[in-house]
Amino acid sequence: MNFLNKTFALAITTLALYAHAAPYQAIVPAKSSVTFSYKQMGVAIDGRFKKFAAQVNFDPAKAEAGKASFDVELASVDAGSSEADDEVVTKSWFNAAAFPKASFVAKQFKQTAPNQYEVTGSLSIKGQTRDVKFPMKHTAQGKDGVLTGSFTLKRGDFNIGEGMWAKFDVVANDIQVNFSLTAQSSK
Amino acid sequence: MNTHYTPVAKSLHWLMALMIFGLLALGFYMSDLPLSPDKLQLYSWHKWAGVTVFVLVWLRLAWRITHRPPPMSAGMYGAVKLAAIAGHWMLYVFMVIIPLTGWLMSSAKGFQTVWFGVLPIPDLIGKDKALGRSLAELHSALNVGFLLLIVVHALAAFMHHFVHKDDTLRRMLPRSSKP
Repeated sequence: MNFLNKTFALAITTLALYAHAAPYQAIVPAKSSVTFSYKQMGVAIDGRFKKFAAQVNFDPAKAEAGKASFDVELASVDAGSSEADDEVVTKSWFNAAAFPKASFVAKQFKQTAPNQYEVTGSLSIKGQTRDVKFPMKHTAQGKDGVLTGSFTLKRGDFNIGEGMWAKFDVVANDIQVNFSLTAQSSK
Repeated sequence: MNTHYTPVAKSLHWLMALMIFGLLALGFYMSDLPLSPDKLQLYSWHKWAGVTVFVLVWLRLAWRITHRPPPMSAGMYGAVKLAAIAGHWMLYVFMVIIPLTGWLMSSAKGFQTVWFGVLPIPDLIGKDKALGRSLAELHSALNVGFLLLIVVHALAAFMHHFVHKDDTLRRMLPRSSKP
């Protein structure tokens, strides 16, 4: 019995070590989300993107060597109401016909604490590219891991909302982007 | 015997009358506008004013219940008197449920109401697009009913004043005026 227990414990430990050793190589879209929130006349409004894809090679134990790029399909937006969904893909906002994707390319992962990282990278939307830096948290979930984080972008930096929307009195400049990505080691 | 409404009742009546005219006009106008920053701004103003009416109507009801209005003209009896009483209470009902449906439809559509952009009004119901559409239709139908009843209310007041030549309208006017 004792022997069995020990074997079992050893097996678990081996599995855990093995799982930990494998870097994350893909995200599971069904268990991931990309959401955002913004203020309209002082009212907080939430939205999300339904379609996104990522190329990941990230080992929480060797963060510095990590690589990641992320694409969001802008037309898959849910901006809070159907009227807003129709509006936000037009020329003045995303101009999704000409610029279908927003992309983020990570340049650096820096570990700041156990399971905490600082991510630096460049964000491109609507032909504009800006550097962004944000904290990211890792939570192991069995073999998979959940990577969460958020950052705030200025819509004005990316010409999101031109013409009559360019002023920030009705739709605020700050857009908070949140992500929660379930990553797995097998592709 | 008091022949006038109290100054508080008169102030509430005329203040709310002004606000409700504005709200009705704005409400019908803004809902057909194409999406623009102005439209969003108008919607916010409409909501802020609507919440204000919702607060005022409760104050008004409290005042109405604790302060007996001046008696109706002696010419009012039977069915006409009943209709007058029912009509006034119906106006109160509209003043309560119209802002209420507006508040609920806002929540159902996923736009919380933030009074004057500062004070968030709690969402009593969660986001539900279908429910939001139904509430919007209800809100608009109730307003058509309310508008018709207001027209009847105003016509009745004019009829009392100009046809029956009684004191009905004068009870709600400033004391000094002698129209």
